[in-house]
Amino acid sequence: MANVPEDLHYSKDHEWVRVEGDQAIIGITDYAQNSLGDVVYVELPKTGEEFAANEPFGSVESVKAVSEVFTPVAGAVVTINESLADEPEKVNSDPYGEGWMIRLRMANPGDVDSLLTAAEYEDFTKAESE
Amino acid sequence: MGGRMVDFGGWDMPVQYPAGTIEEHLRTRTHAGLFDVSHMGEIDVRGPEAIAFVNRLTSNDVTRLVDGQAHYTALTTPQGTVIDDLLVYRLAGDHLFLVVNAGTTDKDWEWISSHHAAEDVELKNVSSDYCQIALQGPDAVAILQKLTDVPLSEIKYYHFTHGKVDGIDSIVSRTGYTGEDGFEVYAAPEHAEQLWNKFLDAGNFGAAGGVLPCGLAARNTLRLEAGMALYGHEIDENTTLLEANLGWICKLDKGDFIGREALAQQKAEGVKRKLIGFEVTDRGIARDDQGIVIDDQPVGKVTSGSPAPFLKKNIGLGYVPVAHANAGQELKIDVRGRLVGAQVVKTPFYKRAK
Repeated sequence: MANVPEDLHYSKDHEWVRVEGDQAIIGITDYAQNSLGDVVYVELPKTGEEFAANEPFGSVESVKAVSEVFTPVAGAVVTINESLADEPEKVNSDPYGEGWMIRLRMANPGDVDSLLTAAEYEDFTKAESE
Repeated sequence: MGGRMVDFGGWDMPVQYPAGTIEEHLRTRTHAGLFDVSHMGEIDVRGPEAIAFVNRLTSNDVTRLVDGQAHYTALTTPQGTVIDDLLVYRLAGDHLFLVVNAGTTDKDWEWISSHHAAEDVELKNVSSDYCQIALQGPDAVAILQKLTDVPLSEIKYYHFTHGKVDGIDSIVSRTGYTGEDGFEVYAAPEHAEQLWNKFLDAGNFGAAGGVLPCGLAARNTLRLEAGMALYGHEIDENTTLLEANLGWICKLDKGDFIGREALAQQKAEGVKRKLIGFEVTDRGIARDDQGIVIDDQPVGKVTSGSPAPFLKKNIGLGYVPVAHANAGQELKIDVRGRLVGAQVVKTPFYKRAK
């Protein structure tokens, strides 16, 4: 069973959001990394780039496939996880920790209210894999 | 097994097993990998003119085969393009066995039977009479030998023999699609599960360095590293064998065959474009169907692009104008709008140590 931490917000595109003040840390879920398989390449935006909610901010590549990753909330990139350039496998081994992708300064902190809770996301992935 | 399944030409096929594509690929290179390739099609050609008939439809020279030998060849159109690539096995002077791609089996059958004219041969589509399990990698001989009395080390590359594997009547063929030594075993489909499980047991599946079941994704990365063509990607009815660097299976001097004239003419005039291998030199991964750019001009397309797990590079195959096909040529690959640097290299990318 995929790990779904209680304290995060989730999107239907399988990203998670951790809110810290007016900033949001974003990555992909355990369910997503497991579906992708071995991550071999992560493409991330530049610091300062701005995104609307649900806009693609980068891509994650496994041996077989490329998947876009979307930011569930609007904002400007404060930092990116530079270490994924050399160790993309962290997305598999620690998707909610060392596998984080970007930190945004949220344009509209209310965006998180429309996201799924851990329980809702768990139900969503169950329905999707059936 | 816990494989992640996809529909592949109407077959439910595992893309990967729980170990994952990279581990499956590496294990096949270093020890052994097991592949269920029962989806492949088989066509039986029997009769006094079996050799002459297949020789008229395919580009390689069937008369050069001896009993117990197989070769790689192609069914060609009159234009010299490719209906399918296949293996021809010579079981006897009047009995050939064709192993074709799954997705093209119906098309091949249609083509072959419609070109059956006066030749004294009997054709049978026997695709559902066989399972095929491939055991590939440096440990393949030792693992398979545990299950058979057939002296495997005496079977030369691209040769085969009939024998019992775990008591089951089989064709044991020293062939494969991975760039490794190994075997492809054909048997009646009701024995597939037994053979599969016995291969896993004999290969110490689960132990360190044991055999791993491998899915379609690893099969693809292994063949790509080995520089082998995949039908529908490097070759199809719009590419000729010469463009695809398959001149070595065009035996233009063997006598007439469908496509011979077009291929002879193209050989005399020289091809305009050619299949090349490339390594990505910037960060990024080239993928199938992405554009190849030289001096800001689109010149061709990637036919297969992927990370190469054993070489730890990002590689690909694609077509470029022949003037730009030399090793060292700088290319750009259009990776979703970003131009990523690459360089033409010699293929195969990977060659096993003998």
